Amino acid sequence: MIGLVNMLPLQVQLLQFLGGDTLSQVLSIVFYVIFIVFLFYGQRIQMYVMLREVEGSLYKLKYMRDGGRKIAIDTIKEIGKPQTDPSGRVDRLLDYFTISPQSLDPAGVVWKLEHILDVRDVRLKDEVKLMAPATDESQTNNLENTLEVAMTLNYIYKVIRHFYLMGKKTLSLYIIMQLQMVLPLIMREAEAFASALKAFAYGQPIGDGAGALVAAKIMHGHEIRKVPKDNVVASVPIEGRTAFVIKAEGPGGNVGKTGDAVKTIIDENEGKIATIIMIDAAMKLEGEEVGEVADGVGAAIGGPGVDQFKIEESILKYKIPINAVAIKEDIGDNVSPMCKEIFDAIDKAIERVKQVILERTKEGDNVIIVGVGNTIGIGQ
Amino acid sequence: MGEPAASATTRVSTFVLMIIFITLALSLTALILAINAFSYGNEVVAGYLLLIGFIGVALSTYVLLQSKRRIKSLKIETPPVTTIIECGKCGFKNVREFNRGDYVFKEVESCQKCNENMMITAIYREVREKEKGFSL
Repeated sequence: MIGLVNMLPLQVQLLQFLGGDTLSQVLSIVFYVIFIVFLFYGQRIQMYVMLREVEGSLYKLKYMRDGGRKIAIDTIKEIGKPQTDPSGRVDRLLDYFTISPQSLDPAGVVWKLEHILDVRDVRLKDEVKLMAPATDESQTNNLENTLEVAMTLNYIYKVIRHFYLMGKKTLSLYIIMQLQMVLPLIMREAEAFASALKAFAYGQPIGDGAGALVAAKIMHGHEIRKVPKDNVVASVPIEGRTAFVIKAEGPGGNVGKTGDAVKTIIDENEGKIATIIMIDAAMKLEGEEVGEVADGVGAAIGGPGVDQFKIEESILKYKIPINAVAIKEDIGDNVSPMCKEIFDAIDKAIERVKQVILERTKEGDNVIIVGVGNTIGIGQ
Repeated sequence: MGEPAASATTRVSTFVLMIIFITLALSLTALILAINAFSYGNEVVAGYLLLIGFIGVALSTYVLLQSKRRIKSLKIETPPVTTIIECGKCGFKNVREFNRGDYVFKEVESCQKCNENMMITAIYREVREKEKGFSL
């Protein structure tokens, strides 16, 4: 209290200093200073605010990238029983890249792309086998998927960091502004991949596997045989028709070469296929419900386009109609463990497939049903 | 992803914390001085000090909460995944947490009721954050 009493002269001085006219003058000066600062440095201040925002997201991306690396290494150690520490090899794989083929002369580019993708796949599988010798085929596939997610997170982090540092170095408002504008979408994608890490490491079904699950449910209990490449097919009688149900071979993380499988079945039946129905998970638009089922026409398959090209080539040869059933989900659902809404949509999709068969084919016809997607955590 | 991967990323920096606490301390001092000034009848000084004090407290609390929120937002929650096991014969259903190695259509332990082999019929995550409604 004595100390506070001693502060009294200070208060008197403060009162004098803040007296009527002086206060107005000070406020005017402050106003002019702020006005001039914003006039000349407004853009720079805005840029620093944006840079700070990007920096925050970059921290988050770094956290996700490090988390991805850690989960990949832990999973390899846990199920792969490696002789040596796999950290170095994982670090090297995180920077692994694929160069897409030259398309100046676009004729035949699909086959070149397919070859490059095959080489990449074989190389990744070999790396996984070297790091985790104790894994079976299904675990190898899951580990490969886990590493791919970690690689994607690493790539996103590095690209954003590159533009952030470049913006900082050049102080170019346009680089920083573009980065800041696109960042919410990139962050959404990165968060989806980060939540996918555990799903892949543990072998849980993911949202992308909705199509594969539809096929698995239809073919379950029927005789199954393998078709190229990494696919299975079962002949299932549906409403008096014969349905050849195709899906990637599970339960390891695998999408298979659907294009090859469809071509094989069409060729086996000498083109006598009444219709093809493809079921796949599709990106929903904002406002649409997760698990909504819609149908249309065309080859419902994502990826680099090789399989879509092959399917379109095959159906064109015999003029086979192609139908598609889509199960709507957002990017977060697509790579994270399958949510209940999507699981519940599986039966609705099966009903829609049966409806298409009844409407578009007649008794005795052959149809092909293709469940597209990553079959991780889904058997047959 | 629950465990901290990079400690530097998941911590509020010491420098920021120091600034926050110094501002907080100064603001609290301003508030005490305001009470003192008010008791001596210097309402104008008390008013200014009160204003400075409140602004300081509000700002430092806001920055502290923001830093904590940033760290919280870094963590990516992994919702629990459920495995449903069903007996094809008697329909007995068993719901449990997902175990590594589970997959849909995998045959697992025998049924408690009829001793028949049970099968995993569903694997899904229960919780899904509800989207903010926009009924158009």
